[in-house]
Amino acid sequence: MAEIKTEDGKKEKHYLYLDGETISGKVSIKLKKAGTRLEHHGIKVEFVGQIELYYDRGNHHEFTSLVRELARPGELTSNVSYDFEFNQVEKPYESYTGTNVRLRYFLRLTVVKRLSDLVKEQDIVVHTLSHYPDMNSSIKMEVGIEDSLHIEFEYNKSKYHLQDVIVGKIYFILVRIKIRHMELQIIKRETTGIGPNTFNENETIAKFEIMDGAPVRGESIPIRLFLNGYELTPTMRDINKKFSVRYYLNLVLVDEEDRRYFKQQEITVFRKADKVRKSVRNASAKFGSQDVAAHVQSPSSDHTDASSPRYEHNYIAD
Amino acid sequence: MANRDATARIQPRKQDLEDAYAPPANFLEIDVLNPETHGIGNKRFTDYELRMRTNLPIFRVKESCVRRRYSDFEWLRGELERDSKIVVPPLPGKALSRQLPFRGDDGIFEEDFIEDRRQGLEQFINKIAGHPLAQNEKCLHIFLLEPVIDKNYVPGKVRLT
Repeated sequence: MAEIKTEDGKKEKHYLYLDGETISGKVSIKLKKAGTRLEHHGIKVEFVGQIELYYDRGNHHEFTSLVRELARPGELTSNVSYDFEFNQVEKPYESYTGTNVRLRYFLRLTVVKRLSDLVKEQDIVVHTLSHYPDMNSSIKMEVGIEDSLHIEFEYNKSKYHLQDVIVGKIYFILVRIKIRHMELQIIKRETTGIGPNTFNENETIAKFEIMDGAPVRGESIPIRLFLNGYELTPTMRDINKKFSVRYYLNLVLVDEEDRRYFKQQEITVFRKADKVRKSVRNASAKFGSQDVAAHVQSPSSDHTDASSPRYEHNYIAD
Repeated sequence: MANRDATARIQPRKQDLEDAYAPPANFLEIDVLNPETHGIGNKRFTDYELRMRTNLPIFRVKESCVRRRYSDFEWLRGELERDSKIVVPPLPGKALSRQLPFRGDDGIFEEDFIEDRRQGLEQFINKIAGHPLAQNEKCLHIFLLEPVIDKNYVPGKVRLT
């Protein structure tokens, strides 16, 4: 199952897995020069989930790590392939590539040799699905600056899925300033680190003008903002105590003298579970090195239900 | 298909026709006009007429007309920088070079210069008077409404009563 993910600003496609799904496939090792021998001290494949903080590159935090031994120490004289399976693997977090942090899952093939190992990595993408929340109250609030501006804003929900639409309205209770226009922004705040070493990265994902001109008391301005046009991820709160990604709606009013009045409100963004999942056959990925070309093929993914059974979370600590 | 109600427009409150067609509650216009030079010789100075018209309730009168000179604007700017939390916009230049002797022209009493200064002062005072935080400062009200500025006033805030 192929899916798009951004990295260094570019988009890549990797196989998509959900929590609880089995990851299986085949490793093929081809010797570049036929007739040569490759001595090794073992071949293994690992499934790793890790969090990388960009400002602390030396310390990758592995929250999941499983290994399968493919071959005992020996010698390769011809091309070989090995089947592998990681059965019903827990993938508790969604893959995320951000400004200061990255969470990724990947398969790592290692051919252990005397002097230096041959290592190849193959990324996969994990999505976490949520069911539609039972409680999804609207956000309704009255805010203002004494004697100058009072508004009441309302958004129809507090939790939105990635293809949802924000429906709302702004009602003007008191307008004693000269407003020129009003816009709604979606702001993404990525928080990494703890305590005094907290980094907050704010990114304005969207700016959408909802009103042009000067309103008077009693006017209502409607809001209709479609989320599927923007690059959003689900809200992530305190992932493995390492980072958070939160989204805010920022309502901004600008007056004739370019003074800005604003009100930020957090919303929860989630990924809705699809009704139907299609399975994929016969996709493959290649990667090579000096003397071997290793090849991971076709995750023969079982067609699992979107609602995976609940697992105890036994993480392999680093 | 998503439930129609889930994405239906939120019902707005009906607006009073009075509110819809009444003059807006944000009317504030300040004009800087009629520069006049008073005095003789090197005791001359120029002042400007400041006419304010508004319907904002924070000002206790709806119309006022006072005369102010450049140093009064400087005084206002200084008071606001000290007492209010706003970033006060700059005044048009002080033009010290024009006050030096041996100029071929009238220095600070040149017509063009006075006109440029008048425009700059008009922009300045409109920007300030429209700021919700500046409207709470006593110094702004004294500047706009009182015929004579009492430099020994007690700084403070004006509250809407």
